[in-house]
Amino acid sequence: MPLFSYCNINIIFLQINQYVFSAFSQTIRMSYPLSKTSPLVKPLLIVGGLVTGALTGFFGGGGGMLVVPVLTGVLSLNEKEAHATAIAVILPISLVSAMVYMFHGGFNVNFGFYTMFGVIFGGILGAALLKKIKNKILAFIFYTLMITVGIRLAV
Amino acid sequence: MFALFVAVGIIGGIIGGLGMGGGTLLIPLLTMLLGVNQYEAQAVNLISFIPMSIVALIIHRKNNLVKTDKIAYIIIPALISSAVLGNIASTVDTSVLKRAFGIFLVLLGILLLIKSLFADNTDED
Repeated sequence: MPLFSYCNINIIFLQINQYVFSAFSQTIRMSYPLSKTSPLVKPLLIVGGLVTGALTGFFGGGGGMLVVPVLTGVLSLNEKEAHATAIAVILPISLVSAMVYMFHGGFNVNFGFYTMFGVIFGGILGAALLKKIKNKILAFIFYTLMITVGIRLAV
Repeated sequence: MFALFVAVGIIGGIIGGLGMGGGTLLIPLLTMLLGVNQYEAQAVNLISFIPMSIVALIIHRKNNLVKTDKIAYIIIPALISSAVLGNIASTVDTSVLKRAFGIFLVLLGILLLIKSLFADNTDED
């Protein structure tokens, strides 16, 4: 495991991103379910947890994207169970992360509550819409958008 | 002015509710459209997730979809790493954090894109 160099912030985020990429690519490769009694189960869960927490803590979200393949690949849950259980996993992590962010004065009350209520309303709407539109084209457009936005932010 | 933030929240919430990468699009919406500080955008994303996930969880539990066996092995290390990384994030310069987030979005987007090309249409919530 490479050591983090606290002397250089750029190295830190590069290393984090290398971790993210390799962790993600490994979980994508886990298209076969692991045997339930395999000795790899607990170590993989722990590593998955560490990376998920790291992503959620550092980026304020996105850990959930890693948890679902971990749950399907390591704990052999089906898609619905994995998505539902992922919420149960991410909730305490978000709580702790949120407390850390608030401790550092991250929650801005000037807009925080308005955004939060918007998100709650939108989330209910989105979940209701999900049953009507689940479309590969829509997903493709969104993920392309995500990549574009990411490039915009990164350069 | 507050209406803009509510609107952005709604958009972010809908995208998250559809399962397209959760709250991760909310953050750039806030930073790019409304000029919010990266760390504060991330904070609001984390906090917004909490009430929604509680509601979703109650519903999923009723449907017996939440399988809690061994999830402590995921959660406990994650609590530690998220606390550590959350603290590190507060010390990182906001432009650096923004750039790192951008790279993260690119990687995440590529992975989700590839995954969606192989998916079938049975996803939910």
